Amino acid sequence: MSAYYLQQLLNGLMLGSLYALIAIGFSMIYGIVRLINFAHGDLLMVGAFTTLGLASTGLLPWWAIALLVLVTGALSGITIERVAIRPMRGAPQVTGFIATLAVSVVIENGGLILLSGQPRTFLFPEIMRSRVTIGPASVAAVDLVIIGSTLLLCVLLLLFVRGTRMGRAMRALADNLLAARLMGIDVDRTIMAAFAIGSAFAAFAGLLWGGRFGQIDPLIGFAPGLKAFVACVIGGVGSIGGAVLGGYLLGLAEVMFVGMLPPIYSGYRDAFVFATLILVLLLMPNGLLGRPEEDRA
Amino acid sequence: MLTLAELVVERGATRVLHGIDLEVRSGEIVALIGANGAGKTTTLHAISALLPVRGGRITLDLGEGTAKRLDRMSPAEVVACGVVQCPEGRQLFASLTVLENLLLGAYRRDDREAVKRDLARMSELFPVLGERRNQSAGSLSGGEQMMLAIARALMARPRLLLLDEPSLGLAPQMVDRIFETILALNREGVTMLLVEQNALAALEIADRAYVLETGRIVQSGTGAALLDDPAVRAAYLGLGA
Amino acid sequence: MTAPPFLPGPKAALAMLGAAAVVAFADLYLSTYAVTLLSLVMLNVALAVSLQLTNGLTGLFSLGHPAFMTVGGYVAAILTYPVRRKGFMMPDLPDWLATAQWDLLPATLVGAAVAALLALVVGIAVLRLKGHYLAVATLGLIVIVRVVINNLDGYTRGGLGLSGVPRLTGPWEVLVFTLLTVGLVWRIKHASLGRAMMAMRENELAARCMGIDAFALKLLAFVLGAFLAGAAGALTVHLVSVITPGAYGIPLAFSLVVMVVVGGSGSITGAVLAAIAISLLSEFARPLEEGLELYGLSQVLVALGLILVLRLRPTGLFGSREPAGFGRPRFSGGTS
Repeated sequence: MSAYYLQQLLNGLMLGSLYALIAIGFSMIYGIVRLINFAHGDLLMVGAFTTLGLASTGLLPWWAIALLVLVTGALSGITIERVAIRPMRGAPQVTGFIATLAVSVVIENGGLILLSGQPRTFLFPEIMRSRVTIGPASVAAVDLVIIGSTLLLCVLLLLFVRGTRMGRAMRALADNLLAARLMGIDVDRTIMAAFAIGSAFAAFAGLLWGGRFGQIDPLIGFAPGLKAFVACVIGGVGSIGGAVLGGYLLGLAEVMFVGMLPPIYSGYRDAFVFATLILVLLLMPNGLLGRPEEDRA
Repeated sequence: MLTLAELVVERGATRVLHGIDLEVRSGEIVALIGANGAGKTTTLHAISALLPVRGGRITLDLGEGTAKRLDRMSPAEVVACGVVQCPEGRQLFASLTVLENLLLGAYRRDDREAVKRDLARMSELFPVLGERRNQSAGSLSGGEQMMLAIARALMARPRLLLLDEPSLGLAPQMVDRIFETILALNREGVTMLLVEQNALAALEIADRAYVLETGRIVQSGTGAALLDDPAVRAAYLGLGA
Repeated sequence: MTAPPFLPGPKAALAMLGAAAVVAFADLYLSTYAVTLLSLVMLNVALAVSLQLTNGLTGLFSLGHPAFMTVGGYVAAILTYPVRRKGFMMPDLPDWLATAQWDLLPATLVGAAVAALLALVVGIAVLRLKGHYLAVATLGLIVIVRVVINNLDGYTRGGLGLSGVPRLTGPWEVLVFTLLTVGLVWRIKHASLGRAMMAMRENELAARCMGIDAFALKLLAFVLGAFLAGAAGALTVHLVSVITPGAYGIPLAFSLVVMVVVGGSGSITGAVLAAIAISLLSEFARPLEEGLELYGLSQVLVALGLILVLRLRPTGLFGSREPAGFGRPRFSGGTS
């Protein structure tokens, strides 16, 4: 494989990792409450600014910052669920969607008010900027960190949902709400846990996003959030494995689209992503790994 | 063990139960029979706290003079008290494995060793479940799914098992097997409240039974007595007087 | 003897006369700023009511209105643009376009028709989706339209946007358009077509069992809504004389949804009042935001208000109903 293609492959995996981290939360939350959380992408912004805020104090080691970002993301997710989603339970689905849309507007504009729209330079340890040689290609260390930490989080999540009581409860709830209640599963607590985990992942993606692209502003979460949703649809909304698969497929496809076509088309990158969405919804509405539902309302 | 007193339950704006009284004593099989829409499933849902109780009481006698009001609990708390439902239509976790379904039955239990022993016991009671423990529940046949549903409920170690239409949608041979199983479990000491449209089969194994008609108890007695009752025979058994 | 059914009821006629009186008064006595503001408020009313048709009556959840406005706006602007500046601003235009300089009415109609055509193509693809799938697909459409216009800079000047579009729209044109839009949607709602749409919204399966072609109805509501949005976009461009690829984006989509939801899904009166209130609120909040340097504050307040409405009064202020007396007496098309 030539250096160029290896480079492109790593770029695609890097981007796909970020999409996958965000998409996982979309899917977990959809699986349990049958609701697309429109504010989910904004947690990326929350994570990125939390990282920047903590890093600029210079008091904490990086592992502690990462941990705190996960916690902040989890708490934000829990708050969103309590304020805008739990009260709408039982209302038509569209109501819940509009509510999360409103939350997204509050987070984004709140961010603009508190942090101003001015992009800020992200702080990341110098060592991440260094380059690592893999065979014929040389890649930024941060790309490997992104891919590696995503894989690690995915494995941890897999162990959690397969091997723990709470994880099993989550899958049970997604499968059959009535039966889950009859088994004595605490529905509110399980939904909260799903929001906490999914949101923590999205916030962590914010840390990685800032580290990779160097600049952040209060609106950075929007586009990756929408694209992660596209990834979810590709993989099958509601399936965690599908979200990961969809994330990587979309990341690779996007990088290929930009890298392989003549440069005049690269401006159409985002149009390509959303055209893919419409196409996938049209051809295989359940995605690659999703289960058909009688009523995907 | 379980007492319903003057129980009133509504679904939305419709009153479904108009004050029913019903008792299940320790060790009994009590059958609740009645036509479609009489309120049988509603009764079980009210006991499991899936529906709010508008009037009356649901009391669980725990022995030694202690009793608990189930009508003020969450579904999870009712399960924790040992009142477990095996719902109509089985309601398995279709995408999860047989083993995971059984473990979810024991969701409220913390005694890991005992749970393990109970898993082994379920494999003895229902060998097919042991063989297919890693298959998804949705891939089982109807009868096997019913066994899994019962086994999953048993994994909670119920004081009182609520069974909703266990014969529904099963082949006649399978129905016989399920009722044999129910009887066998009862002999081992499981108390049961059984809701059935298959009134004949239910009355044959029930110690006592209640007849529910449009939200009211219209008759009660021992299973044998109801089997001989001309009105019951005509209305629910399709037999002459 | 009863009046023919196409005439408005007494209160509606009064409301129309009132609106005309307000426009006349503004036109004669008020500043250009006030007239423009009035026109923009009326356009928002038309947009909210047309979204009420797509979303409120039919139960779809489209966020695509800004995309259709952008398309209608650009198409109309290219058609009316002064020929002498076209060569410089839009070098890639084919001859027949480069030498054309249309009037407002045909340009608006063509802009709206192109938007409707886009809606037809996209609608066939995405209207099988429900709820938030459609919402995200139409959000994607906003992004696609923006990206395409950004990149077709030989036709559109790309990210720079088109400025110097002739100011052909006045308050009277807007008034006529708004009244026509409201009247049209009102007629649809209170005809069998509207009842079929609302039946589908409440229970699609049941509606289909009664022989209602759900897909065709959705497509009709979507395409008609897009047509009206495209026309509104065309009129807006000729009012403010400038259009950029991102001028009508997701914030606008959100505002329109808020107007529909706060007004009450399916209630035209509700949408009209909510559109007036929210447009004026955002306009008057602007100096406040600038004074306090808290840009985005009004959006936050609107969003928080929306969450409150959803929690306290999930059917909106008017539900699906209209206040009595606006239409002529008949069986109400309202549903709970």
